[in-house]
Amino acid sequence: MTDPKLDRRALLRLGLAGGTASLAAACGWDGGNALRPKLMSWSRVNDWVGEKILYSPTRLAREYPTSERATQMPAYMISDTIPTLADPKAWRLRVDGLVQQALSLSLDDLMRLPRATYTVKHHCVEGWSAIATWHGVPVSTIAALCRPFPAARYLDFHSFDADYSNGWDIASAMHSQTLLAYAWNDQPLAPNRGAPLRLYSPTKLGYKMTKWLTSITFTDKRPGGYWEDQGYPWFAGI
Amino acid sequence: MSASAPPAPARPLVRRHHWIVRLTHWATVLLLAGMITSGLQIYEGYARFGDRGSAAYLNPLEGTQFPATVRLGGWLAGALNWHFALMWPLVAFGLLYMGYLAASGEWRSLLFRPSDVPGAIQMMKYYLHLRKDHPPQGKHNPLQKLAYSSVVVLGVLAVLSGLSIYKPTQLGWLTALFGGFQLARYWHFWIVWAFVAFSIVHVILVFVVDPASLRAMLSGWYRGRFPSHD
Repeated sequence: MTDPKLDRRALLRLGLAGGTASLAAACGWDGGNALRPKLMSWSRVNDWVGEKILYSPTRLAREYPTSERATQMPAYMISDTIPTLADPKAWRLRVDGLVQQALSLSLDDLMRLPRATYTVKHHCVEGWSAIATWHGVPVSTIAALCRPFPAARYLDFHSFDADYSNGWDIASAMHSQTLLAYAWNDQPLAPNRGAPLRLYSPTKLGYKMTKWLTSITFTDKRPGGYWEDQGYPWFAGI
Repeated sequence: MSASAPPAPARPLVRRHHWIVRLTHWATVLLLAGMITSGLQIYEGYARFGDRGSAAYLNPLEGTQFPATVRLGGWLAGALNWHFALMWPLVAFGLLYMGYLAASGEWRSLLFRPSDVPGAIQMMKYYLHLRKDHPPQGKHNPLQKLAYSSVVVLGVLAVLSGLSIYKPTQLGWLTALFGGFQLARYWHFWIVWAFVAFSIVHVILVFVVDPASLRAMLSGWYRGRFPSHD
């Protein structure tokens, strides 16, 4: 231990390690093909902690007075243009999969169900946040109608925004603040916000809230999602 | 440079740093580098602080895109995965370090106390060339104690503010303590620059004042000008 050569060797090793790390950062390196899958696997560990340890099905997101609503709020889609329906009257929400009663619901059907309203803060994965009011039907209300089998552990939300979709854990979907929203800030949902129907939840990051909904499938296999499959965290609970 | 190099005559080699201190020190260097570089990539997603539609908090780096050389992850998702993977070992090494300090009693030679204030002023005078001789000290001088105590507090704040951004609903009470989601982001971001400032000053002082301490942090053995025990 007292041999100074050893120290020099240790110093050299450290320099090499540090140099490699700096070089890695210097190239904007994201782990390359070798590390990326490992990082994504590790992300599943974070998902597990978020879902099983930090998530509470009864904890409610804070609500705000409508006076604190944001004056502007971005909206995005993956299609080239805002997805619209050729025949809005023909639109139906399909509810299927591991359910005792498959459903096909029109917007009027949904609006006849008990309405929930809240003013909450939206959190985007990019880092921005915006307060807005959302009105709609809790997903748990739909579950009471379609009666999923106990094997249904996940929900797969699909849209008509190209192939955009999101997979959800059933506990988050059954949270009382998880809504199928058809109105925003007291107005019918605008086309850029996902009209006629979108998913909304203040316990998830924005990209989990499927807009332009077409179907909900209850399933026993964990569904992926548009961003999730590309590397964004799957659980995305906040 | 008034700091005199340590005189040549043979001083005894003394044991200065336990292996846990050395391990956690160098692990933190690498992990913090990864956290900061992935964090700068994440910052690019929304390079300002404040709710949409509200005034932004004062930030000279608003809208800054950092050069690719200091960003890790390639894009937002890649950077998030790095950030959320490295946070585990960073916290683990931090806890190991603090556990060691507590168990060994070494915290006594590191903790800055009110009684260290006069000594800190003397050290400041020495660094500002207002005093010629280096004030006598134990293992660490009062300014070092201030720096090493502060950096531990900084680390704890970095982790807590990070958690409050990570889970602003589930850990809403913590987010509220930092003043809300956007202010928590703000503190999390500025703590980075405090770390960077600490690191720059720390490395400069090691080479200017006590180069032997670098070897001590590598091998554990020290043959320098300062005592290794209080």
